[in-house]
Amino acid sequence: MTTALTRADRQRRVTNAVMTSFTALCTVFAVAILLIIFAYIAWQGIGSVNLRFLLDSPHPVGEGGGIGNAIIGTGVLLLLATLLGMPVGISVGVYLSEFGSGRFAVIVRFVVDTLTGIPSIVTGVFVYAIIVVPLKHFSASAGGVALALIMIPIVARTTEEMIKLVPHSLREGALALGAPQWRVTLGVVIPAAASGIATGAMLAVARVSGETAPLIFTAFGSRFFSYRLDEPIASLTVQIYNYAISPYDEWHAQAWAATLVLMFLILLINIVVRFFTRKKF
Amino acid sequence: MSIPRIITLALCVVALVPFVDCGGGGGSTSEVRLVGAGATFPNPLYQKWLSEFSKQHANVKMDYQSIGSGGGIKQIQAQTVDFGASDAPMTDAEMKGAPAELIHIPTVLGAVVITYNLQGIAKPLRFSPDVVADIFLGKIKKWDDARIKADNADVNLPAADITVVHRAESSGTSFVFTDYLAKVSAEWKAKVGADKAPQWPVGQGGKGNEGVTGQVKQQPNTIGYVELAYAVENKLPAAIIKNASGNFVEPSVDAVTAAAAGSAATTPDDLRVSITNAPGANAYPISSYTYILAYKDQKDAGKGKALVDFLWWGIHDGESFAKDLQYAPLPAEIVKRAETKMNSITSGGKPLR
Amino acid sequence: MPNSSSRTANALASPWRIALSPTGNTGDAFFRGLMFSAALLVLIIVGAMILALAMKSKLSIAQFGFSFLTSRQWNPVKGEFGALPFIYGTVVSSAIALLIAVPLSLGIAVFLVEQAPYYIARPITSLVELLAAIPSVVYGLWGIFVLAPFLRVHVEPHFARWFGWLPLFQGSVTGIGLLTGGIILAIMVTPIITAVIRDVLAAVPDSQREAAFALGATKWETIRIVLVNGAPGIAGAIMLGLGRALGETMAVTMVIGNRPEISASLFAPSYTIASVIANEFTEATQDLYLSSLVELGLILFLVTFIVNGIARLLVWNVTRKSGATA
Repeated sequence: MTTALTRADRQRRVTNAVMTSFTALCTVFAVAILLIIFAYIAWQGIGSVNLRFLLDSPHPVGEGGGIGNAIIGTGVLLLLATLLGMPVGISVGVYLSEFGSGRFAVIVRFVVDTLTGIPSIVTGVFVYAIIVVPLKHFSASAGGVALALIMIPIVARTTEEMIKLVPHSLREGALALGAPQWRVTLGVVIPAAASGIATGAMLAVARVSGETAPLIFTAFGSRFFSYRLDEPIASLTVQIYNYAISPYDEWHAQAWAATLVLMFLILLINIVVRFFTRKKF
Repeated sequence: MSIPRIITLALCVVALVPFVDCGGGGGSTSEVRLVGAGATFPNPLYQKWLSEFSKQHANVKMDYQSIGSGGGIKQIQAQTVDFGASDAPMTDAEMKGAPAELIHIPTVLGAVVITYNLQGIAKPLRFSPDVVADIFLGKIKKWDDARIKADNADVNLPAADITVVHRAESSGTSFVFTDYLAKVSAEWKAKVGADKAPQWPVGQGGKGNEGVTGQVKQQPNTIGYVELAYAVENKLPAAIIKNASGNFVEPSVDAVTAAAAGSAATTPDDLRVSITNAPGANAYPISSYTYILAYKDQKDAGKGKALVDFLWWGIHDGESFAKDLQYAPLPAEIVKRAETKMNSITSGGKPLR
Repeated sequence: MPNSSSRTANALASPWRIALSPTGNTGDAFFRGLMFSAALLVLIIVGAMILALAMKSKLSIAQFGFSFLTSRQWNPVKGEFGALPFIYGTVVSSAIALLIAVPLSLGIAVFLVEQAPYYIARPITSLVELLAAIPSVVYGLWGIFVLAPFLRVHVEPHFARWFGWLPLFQGSVTGIGLLTGGIILAIMVTPIITAVIRDVLAAVPDSQREAAFALGATKWETIRIVLVNGAPGIAGAIMLGLGRALGETMAVTMVIGNRPEISASLFAPSYTIASVIANEFTEATQDLYLSSLVELGLILFLVTFIVNGIARLLVWNVTRKSGATA
């Protein structure tokens, strides 16, 4: 038995077609912009990326040089920021989602939201005032603290949202088996939300890996290879900044090349994190 | 958490131990670490100096980071760095803000050039000082204005609006440029004044020398001011300006050194001086020193000696690298006076040279 | 796992009562204490920041009072400071950014979760997240060398021709201005919003979708239901994006023109709070100047508070009416 399409049906189909094409269009548009930006960076920088560039430390203009120390510096800073910021961020997210019904939690949520809007330079100056000035020297640890402060609200916010999305049935099942609350959260809820939490973590890492201003005030920058936490340390972003604001084409090319390296680094971290948090079922 | 995971976590923590090596030690006992920050303008030259100096003094590790002249002043006041760097000399108020006496050592000279983007114009344009001031005041609005034509009779200027590009942020370059404008235009002095971040009457702000360069390069009919190196390296034209003696002088490193030499007689003892609109037939009118700021009494004798050795090397051997990078070397008289300043740097009462 | 009778009894109660019960086991109390101290730490840090900002801006608050918020003057030489042009620039550029980024991000996230096959969705997701890793400085340079000329030559003249009767699109077309700043912000916040919305939508149980299909809904109608389900998460994503837009410094300051003036036209140069702080903070040596800049930072905090509050109210309204539970 065939039924003729009513006007309402036709309208629904049209709307469906329009909206699904719209979403496809959005994706194509976004991918196009990404490719344009990426192509520009690659075009400007690919000529300068070679093994020497990746292993050497910076040299004065006209003498080549590389970003080896900056790669290590960024690695150290990201590691430090993650170690400091991730536990705090995830804990705050867990607190807000699991215990977050009181007025205290409302205040904390509001404060975390506001923290996402602080210009990174304000965070940098704050850490400068409380760590660098009293100690009278710039250090990698100050840089790590500044980056951690930027990471915390992003991680907290996304952790909270992802944990709230874990179905209650999972929790109730674990509780019914006699697990205490903390075991349920650590062993069931967080792993269930792991991929979403990882997204938040990746966004936070990507965000802080691109930050320059806070690092200039805290970690400072260096020409040397260093991994000590109590001395200034180089970083890819500060090096990119230094090269980009100079008048020399050679340094500009190195800045673009360093950007490529940075993006590749983040891609690598992304792949590794995604691999470890993939859904195993 | 399973046992293997706990072990992995513990191993990671243990692996961090070598990173947390606070306090002295680490490396050879005679290694000296110096940190300096400040003006962006001399950064490429200072990087060259640091590299060359360390070839001869392997135990001295020095870092320099550009954060702006004001940043350099603030950091040396807070003593978070061993030396600061600034294009503009410190004001009396700023010097009072430091916990001890600071010395200004001039290192090199630089020129601020007027650059522009006009299609089809082969030779650099000529400007009189009052024309420059009025363009940046917004009083001269079109490229084919009679006053611009008066200095450039043989040039075919378009009938287009002038778009002014200035610095968005506080900068020593802006200070030098507005200092010059305040000297040559009473109206500028009254209306805007000389400052690192003046309230520009017209125009758009570009971030940094590279921002202004970029905006001038990308937009037609723009005019802006940048450090000489940026115009040269980006193949932008540099205008020829009439100096105090009435000659049209092309911006070049020699013309800048001539400006410093011409002002040497009126340079005060502490070497804090403005040399814009300097006397001298071949002086380029928008020139300036850049300084390194150091405490007269160095707390750490080892660091102080290394710093003084570096600065001494800089104003003598270091000047040979200046011209290639578009910086103007110090004239001989100023080098002598800087030497005197350096001889007065002490540590615990004992001079370091 | 040891199984005492008290725990079995507790397991039947709601999670909230276990957490709050004074006789809950010590593991719970310790865990809750740990989480609580993390939240407290964040509060203390932000409190310290606000305190530091407030103390440093006492001078300019005393000097200008309320007129700081309404004055359009920004003259460091004469010592006259006002916040209005920066508030305007910040709010408008962020508004433009969100107006462009939110529909775009929703579209991308929906496509990636609901429509795209796995082998397309996974790489595109990673690609979009990669956009978030580009340093602001690089965005700024790309903005000056690619985006601004493109807008000046191919986009803004058309806007001026077709919509020039609106004061929004009048004035000289230079490619550097409020519109360019908003667009570059849009590009920068899209990855964040997209990534979070994508995860939110992916977490909506398939049962919802299946139920909708079973009732004969079209793909789009199903998507709508999923979106409503994820509304609080989507709001959270937009908040994150907004936070980034309000605080973004380097990229914006390179393309926005940095002129502390309020103009109705989107083509005109403008100035944001974050940009002026970044541009002038290190060089501000006079006390009143520094104090005014710090007060601007405090105002940004306030703006973020207010916008967050409004957004939360809106979300609360939407979820209340629709009765969706997350």
